[in-house]
Amino acid sequence: MTDNVLVWLNDPQNWSGTRFTPGIGAQIAAHLLYTAIALLVAGAIAFPLGIVLGHTGRAGWLVSVANGLRSLPTVGLLILLYVMVSPLISGRGDAPYLVPTEIALVLLALPPILANTYAGVRNVPPDARDAARGMGMTGPQVLLRVELPNALPLVFSGLRSATLQVIATATIAAYVGLDGLGRYVYDGLASHQFGQMAGGAVLVAALALLVDLVLALVQRLTVSRGVSGRFSRRAAGGDGRTAAVTELTAGSGEGRERGGNDAEDSSRPVAVLAPSGKHPPG
Amino acid sequence: MIRFDEVTKAYPDGTVAVDELTLTAPSGQITVFVGPSGCGKTTSLRMINRMIEPTSGTITIDDRDVTSVPATELRRGIGYVIQHAGLFPHRTVADNVATVPLLTGTNRRQARTRAIELMERVGLPASFADRYPAQLSGGQQQRVGVARALAADPPVMLMDEPFSAVDPVVRDQLQREFLRLQEELGKTIVFVTHDIDEAIRLGDTVAVLDVGGRLAQLATPADLLATPADPFVAGFVGRDRGYRALAFVSAEVAVVPEPTVTLGEPLARARDVAVDDWVLAVDAGHRPQGWLHLPDGGGLSGDEVQPELLNLGGTLAPAGGTLREALDAALSSPSGRGVVVDDDGRLVGSVSAATVLRHIDTAGAGVSPGGRA
Repeated sequence: MTDNVLVWLNDPQNWSGTRFTPGIGAQIAAHLLYTAIALLVAGAIAFPLGIVLGHTGRAGWLVSVANGLRSLPTVGLLILLYVMVSPLISGRGDAPYLVPTEIALVLLALPPILANTYAGVRNVPPDARDAARGMGMTGPQVLLRVELPNALPLVFSGLRSATLQVIATATIAAYVGLDGLGRYVYDGLASHQFGQMAGGAVLVAALALLVDLVLALVQRLTVSRGVSGRFSRRAAGGDGRTAAVTELTAGSGEGRERGGNDAEDSSRPVAVLAPSGKHPPG
Repeated sequence: MIRFDEVTKAYPDGTVAVDELTLTAPSGQITVFVGPSGCGKTTSLRMINRMIEPTSGTITIDDRDVTSVPATELRRGIGYVIQHAGLFPHRTVADNVATVPLLTGTNRRQARTRAIELMERVGLPASFADRYPAQLSGGQQQRVGVARALAADPPVMLMDEPFSAVDPVVRDQLQREFLRLQEELGKTIVFVTHDIDEAIRLGDTVAVLDVGGRLAQLATPADLLATPADPFVAGFVGRDRGYRALAFVSAEVAVVPEPTVTLGEPLARARDVAVDDWVLAVDAGHRPQGWLHLPDGGGLSGDEVQPELLNLGGTLAPAGGTLREALDAALSSPSGRGVVVDDDGRLVGSVSAATVLRHIDTAGAGVSPGGRA
């Protein structure tokens, strides 16, 4: 079995394609296209909706309803949509097949993006939000400058989870006759070429991991270190105490005085022996 | 000057948070709103910068109605400090401090210079500029919060329980530095707390609010302790107010010289100068380090006076400080002799509890509303 997969994956003709069948590269491109369309549409709906619901704190039930969508079996949904939607679409080309497929994939991608964006914006520390308003930020400024940057880790986790699911599920495009990596799975199954079928599955998994890796990199570049908690080694250990010690050993008289400001972290006797109430109370 | 004129905040469900509040917070002074939870102190504060809109009544800052300018513009001109600092986790300390200048269009470089200047002002090293709030302790975060509120140099500051979420030692330090800062800056400050001790320590004027938003008393801390307006205020200011009132009377108590040993001197010399088995150890700069106990035939190890032999109990009273500080130093001292130091922390002498009490007796100091120290 494994041998079959390796043989199939190593066959140069499978990669370059023939006159009648597209190569693996072309199928990956088709697969990515279906995925991208689904994610763009889902994102265009769920992202602003999640932000608005999270920002206003209203209609949280919508998120629960959207989450309910997760329970729909995608293949069943696709067949239903194909039966219902395709007759409404006239014209040649892939549209009668593509539209039901994309609707099914969008419904799959919506819940994680919506729920995570909503939760991300909701979970911004209330103090930070209050301070932002109290310092004179307008509503959009609070949203863009405070809420969104802090919601990003969750927004990304929603996007990545949606992406993984859509890439894995976009195989069903082949079920209604479209291309994509699903082609190998369904064709392999139909023609009992299990090497091809499993090879297609391996490619889907590899593609999903690769795209997730790219998104992880983008996330790393866009999310503030203050939110993700990745602090540089020098400042690591994180707490003021370490820092204060560094300041002290750095040695200048000024450094010593600065360290002294951290007496709030240091042991009790120092505090007890400091002159009490040098300034009159009040 | 901030004026509340018959300000009421009532919610649709009939709850009255603030009930016809009329009071003036004078310019350049600290006015503290204090009261139990549900007394409307925070609501009152938040109506000043229109985080909450009053149901009726007007609030003016320097005779200008707060509703005469857009809320966001109003808020940019008022410093705002809240309980957990409310720093922006995704921004560095310097960017946090520079929030308002950046909002009002100051360029980045100037805003950063200003931010670092302010950080040093509130006791944070400039090296913290590029750290994130999560890398700071609670006390340090609160310092950043204060620096951020000061960034646009607003004449008015609103502070909502800024020191409540830190431990007592840090709180004491922050309060002391806050008073020092206010001495330099002279802002008009409205400060909310539920802690009557904090109110008395920080306030030039204290407004005690009762549940339901009723102003129970508006007075200086000394008056509040000496003559509570009603049973609610009397109960709220607490039982040991007689002792606390001593904090408003400066001590002109006779200080007597105290024999000392210097760290590193032989124990034998310490035995020679000890009074009632106790001798005060000082460092080379004559700053008190702790008490050395030398009971008869005492089993102290070693030959020299070393820091680890010292009893660190006992607070230090500043010369020219208050009766409360003098009495506390005497009561907390293991030898019964309270240590008095000058501004540089050098020993002046000692004072006994009996001396302080005699002074209170003859001057009748404790109970009358004396001038503030």
